[in-house]
Amino acid sequence: MAFEIKNPGLATTVQDQGRVGYYNVGIPQSGSMDQYSAELGNALVGNPATDAVLECTYLGPVLVSDADAIVAITGAPVEVKVNGETQPQWTRLQLSAGDELSFGVIQGGTRYYIAVRGGIDVPEVLGSRSTYTLGGIGGLNGRKLEAGDVVPVGAPDGDLPALEVMPEPFRPTFAKEQTVRIVLGLYDHRLTDTGKANLLNGEWKVTPVADRMGLRYSGPGVEWKEREQPFGAGSDPSNIVDAGYAVGSIQIPGGTQPIILHRDAVSGGGYAMVATVISADMDLVARAAPGTVTRFAAVSQEEAIVARKERAELKTKAWEAVGAKP
Amino acid sequence: MGTIVSPLPGIFYRKPGPGKPPFANEGDTIEVGQTLGIVEIMKQFTEIQSDVAGVLESFEVAEGDMVNPGDPIVVVREG
Repeated sequence: MAFEIKNPGLATTVQDQGRVGYYNVGIPQSGSMDQYSAELGNALVGNPATDAVLECTYLGPVLVSDADAIVAITGAPVEVKVNGETQPQWTRLQLSAGDELSFGVIQGGTRYYIAVRGGIDVPEVLGSRSTYTLGGIGGLNGRKLEAGDVVPVGAPDGDLPALEVMPEPFRPTFAKEQTVRIVLGLYDHRLTDTGKANLLNGEWKVTPVADRMGLRYSGPGVEWKEREQPFGAGSDPSNIVDAGYAVGSIQIPGGTQPIILHRDAVSGGGYAMVATVISADMDLVARAAPGTVTRFAAVSQEEAIVARKERAELKTKAWEAVGAKP
Repeated sequence: MGTIVSPLPGIFYRKPGPGKPPFANEGDTIEVGQTLGIVEIMKQFTEIQSDVAGVLESFEVAEGDMVNPGDPIVVVREG
């Protein structure tokens, strides 16, 4: 079976858990920006966590199912419509052949997910179905969806879970304010005390310059220590000799607007990374809409590892809550 | 009165490009589906179209301002 795309929305792409193992050759991991929401969509429709879903950004698609299908919409709050009638989110929905799925105005956050029983069945590229649009690989022909596309859906694999609805406590919040945990380094020593204080105590706002590659924030700015720039580094104090970028690392070109690199970001370059968002908070960052007020809280690497474990446990509990197996 | 809201966040523009005339002005007669402005987000420009017919009463957002989903952009006096 397949979905026929009547209207693609702003930037609807096929995503899964990501393309891991090629970062060293400059291919980022890609994958659903809000992994937690995407994965719980799979849980509701009886898919394995590894199945591909459709990621919708702000403006969702209008699509028609060519056969009976079971879907669930998770992630950012939005009105879900089947043949124009409002349907609940975080809930398993039955579509009949010819039914039209569409969306209202997003009510918070950035991205919502369409999980379908059987998963989105595009070919795997380097071990993943995720779309990396800059590189033109994965997903449907390496690009975001367009009107007229036919998106293949795979055969169901496994039983439907007992519950149809994800219990409220397991649904993430999409707040206008966030505290994002970071581990300082590798280049925080290049900031002055004032610069570091601004980063950690300042209020930063997500600008409209935010996508799958990264999110740019406006705020008080930072200050760099003066130095004679080393050979090979650019002339601005925020420049370094080129180095690898950790996923989630924060760079501050020119010292004014920090950028958090996200799942489609470049793997290296010449900007000093002052800190890295902990992996447990990358989904949180992905949920931030322009205007979201953000504070950065420094944690230790040990705390980051504990947070990662807690996030994994929460996800497992969510799968179990609906009676599904992760 | 019909209020046209932005379906997405971004920067609002009344003109298709620098130095070009605005898509529409106060007092203009507006048709259903007519483009009234554009919102830029993620390097993409999304046209904001009227879903009512009537006379353009006012712009609720200034050129170059940030809008959020659901924010009123234009008020149209229907009829």
